[in-house]
Amino acid sequence: MNIHEYQAKEILASFGVAIPRGKVAKTPAEAEEIAVELDADLYVVKAQIHAGGRGKGGGVKLAKNPTEVKTHAEEILGMQLVTHQTGPEGKLVRKVLVAEASEIENELYLGMVIDRGTSRITLMASQEGGVDIEKVAAETPDKIIKQTVDPTVGLQDFQARQLAFGLNLSAELIRPTTKLISNLYQTFVACDCSLVEINPLAIVAGKEGSEIIALDSKINFDDNALYRQTKIEALRDEHEEDARELEAKASGLSYISLDGNIGCMVNGAGLAMSTMDVIKLHGGEPANFLDVGGSATTEAVAHAFRLILSDSKVEAVLVNIFGGIMKCDTIANGILEAVKQVNLNVPLVVRLEGTNVELGRQILSQSSLDLITADSLSDAAEKTVRAISA
Amino acid sequence: MSILVDKNTKVIVQGLTGRAGQFHAQQCVAYGTQIVGGVTPGKGGLSVDGIPVFDTVEAARIATGADASMVYVPAAFSADAVMEAAKAGIRLIICITEGIPVLDMVKVKRYLEGLNSDRGEIRLIGPNCPGIITPGQCKIGIMPGYIHQPGKIGIVSRSGTLTYEAVHQVTQLGLGQSTCVGIGGDPINGTSFVDTLALFEADEDTEAAIMIGEIGGTAEEEAADFVKREVSKPVVGFIAGQTAPKGKRMGHAGAIISGGKGTAAEKIEVLQAAGIAVAKSPAEMGQTLAGVL
Repeated sequence: MNIHEYQAKEILASFGVAIPRGKVAKTPAEAEEIAVELDADLYVVKAQIHAGGRGKGGGVKLAKNPTEVKTHAEEILGMQLVTHQTGPEGKLVRKVLVAEASEIENELYLGMVIDRGTSRITLMASQEGGVDIEKVAAETPDKIIKQTVDPTVGLQDFQARQLAFGLNLSAELIRPTTKLISNLYQTFVACDCSLVEINPLAIVAGKEGSEIIALDSKINFDDNALYRQTKIEALRDEHEEDARELEAKASGLSYISLDGNIGCMVNGAGLAMSTMDVIKLHGGEPANFLDVGGSATTEAVAHAFRLILSDSKVEAVLVNIFGGIMKCDTIANGILEAVKQVNLNVPLVVRLEGTNVELGRQILSQSSLDLITADSLSDAAEKTVRAISA
Repeated sequence: MSILVDKNTKVIVQGLTGRAGQFHAQQCVAYGTQIVGGVTPGKGGLSVDGIPVFDTVEAARIATGADASMVYVPAAFSADAVMEAAKAGIRLIICITEGIPVLDMVKVKRYLEGLNSDRGEIRLIGPNCPGIITPGQCKIGIMPGYIHQPGKIGIVSRSGTLTYEAVHQVTQLGLGQSTCVGIGGDPINGTSFVDTLALFEADEDTEAAIMIGEIGGTAEEEAADFVKREVSKPVVGFIAGQTAPKGKRMGHAGAIISGGKGTAAEKIEVLQAAGIAVAKSPAEMGQTLAGVL
C-alpha cells in the first residue's frame, strides 16, 4: 500500500525521526496560515499525489513568504498534475504540503528493505544521495554500505553507528544520525514496512549548526500485515487507486488493470502472469491481471467476472483455471451467477482443469451459456485471439 | 526413491478442524497419504473424519509418531504454528497458508536457523505454496492428485497453479514425476530452488528436473549458478511474468539488494547461460523437457 508524502512524514515524526517542519493544507488559506505559523525564511509547497516526478510537472514550488505560499497553493490545488508516473491524464491534486525549505549542505541516502537473500532486514546507506540510487548500486556498488539485522535482537546501536561513521559525517552529526537510523528501524518494524527509503537524507543548516533530517521519504507497507496495522490502513487514499482494483480487493481478488482488450480470470498469480504471456505470444493483449485466489466463493468469482465485463475495453474473456484449492464447480457457478446479473455480449473462452473439473464442465455445458471451450493453455489463448479478430 | 516424502511419511494437519483444512486433509487421505492426526488448540480429544485431534503439536507427535506437518491455519497464526511444529520435532513442515506478514517469516527463518544449529535438519516448505507430492505415495498439500503419475521428473516451482500445468504436461508425455515441490511465492520462504535441485540431483529416481520461476528476487539466478556448478541432470526452466508491468511488485531498495535484477528477460538469459533449456511458453514446458531427454 502507498501513502502520501505528508502521511509518511507524520509517521516518521511520531517515531522521532527528524523531518522538515511543515503541515498539509486543503485550501490556499490553510496553506497561508501554516506558513505564518512556520515563520521560515523559505517555504516549499508540494502537491500530494501518489506519484514521483512532481517537481518536473509543476507540482513543487518554492515561496519566500506566506503570501507567495498562498499563490502557489492556489495554482497547485485542483490541477491535474501529469508526471512520468501518472499517465497522460494526470492526477487531481487535493492537498499540498507546506514545509520549511532548508538550506541543504549535503545529500545522503538511507534505505531499509527486507533482503530475500538473507531473510532479514538490511539497512543501506550511501554518501551518494539525492540521485538515482539504483544507478549507484549498479555502477559503484562499493559506495553503498550495508548492515543486516538479526531479528532476535533487532538493530543494535553499534550497527547504526557503523553506518553513520561510514557516511563520513562530522563528529557532531554522528549521535543524531545514529538516533535517526535507530528510530527509522523502529518505524519499519512497528508499522510492518516492506521498504523505507530516505532520499535524500539531508544535512541542512540549522539555527545552531548543521542538522540531519529525512528530507524526502518513501514508505511501502506489507499488504499481508495490514490486518494488524489499522492505523496505516486508515491512511489509504481511495482517490489515488484504480476503482476496479479497489473493488476487487474488497472481494479478496488480486486485480491489476492493463491496456489490452482480453479480460482474464485465472487462479494463482503465476498462472495469471503466464496466461498474459501466452495471450501476447498469440498476438493478443491482456486487459487485466486477475488472480481469483484459492479460497474465493461463488459470489467472489461472480464479482470477478462482472468486474472484467465492466471494463469497456474488454472484447473477449478468457477464463483459465487449474483447480487446486479452487474448485472448478465454484468457478462455473460463479460465471453463471454473474451472467444472470450482467449481459455477456463478448466471446467467452473457458479452459478448466484440476479439482472437480468434471463437475465444473458439466455445470457449464448444461447451462444455456454460449461459450467456447478450450483444452489447453495455448488452445485457449489462440481461440480467444481468433474470437476477437472474427 | 523420491525426495522428502514417501509412503512411510506420517503427517499431522495443523488447522484440521477448519473448513479448508478438513477438505484438503480428506483429499490427502483419499490419495493414500498417512494423515495420522490433527492439531487445533482447544479441540484436543475430538476427531475429524476419524482423525484424532490434539491440542499441541508435541502431544500429536508423541501419540502418532508423525514426522511431517501440513500447516493450514489462518495467516495471522501461521508463524506461531510453524515454530510450534519445529520445536516439537517435526522434520518436514509444509505451510500452505498465503498472506503471512513478511516480518513474521523473518522471525520464523531465524528461529529455524537456531533450532537447526542445535539439532540438524528441520525443513520448511512454503509458505504460500501448494505443498509437496510424491505421486502414488504421499500428497501433502492442495494439488489435485489425479493429474500426477509416478515417474522420473522432479518439479520445483514458485507458483502453485503453474506447477499443475507442468505436471499435467509431463503426465501427458507419459513421463510422470518423482516428486513435485511447490516452494511458494513469498519473498521469504523455507526451501529454495537450490535446496530442491540439490535433492533431485542426489535422488537416483529423478532423471531430469523442471524449475518454474517468476519475476522478482534472485532465487532463479542462484539456481542457475548452482545448476552450472553442481547439477549433472538435464534441467528445464520457465519464468512467468514476461509481459508483467514493471514496478507493481518491487520497490527501489529491493532492486539494490539484487543489483537491478528481477525481470523475466534477465532471468531467462541467466538460465540459458547456465545450460538450462527455457520454455518460451508455459504450454511448452513438456515439449521442452522431451527435447532434452
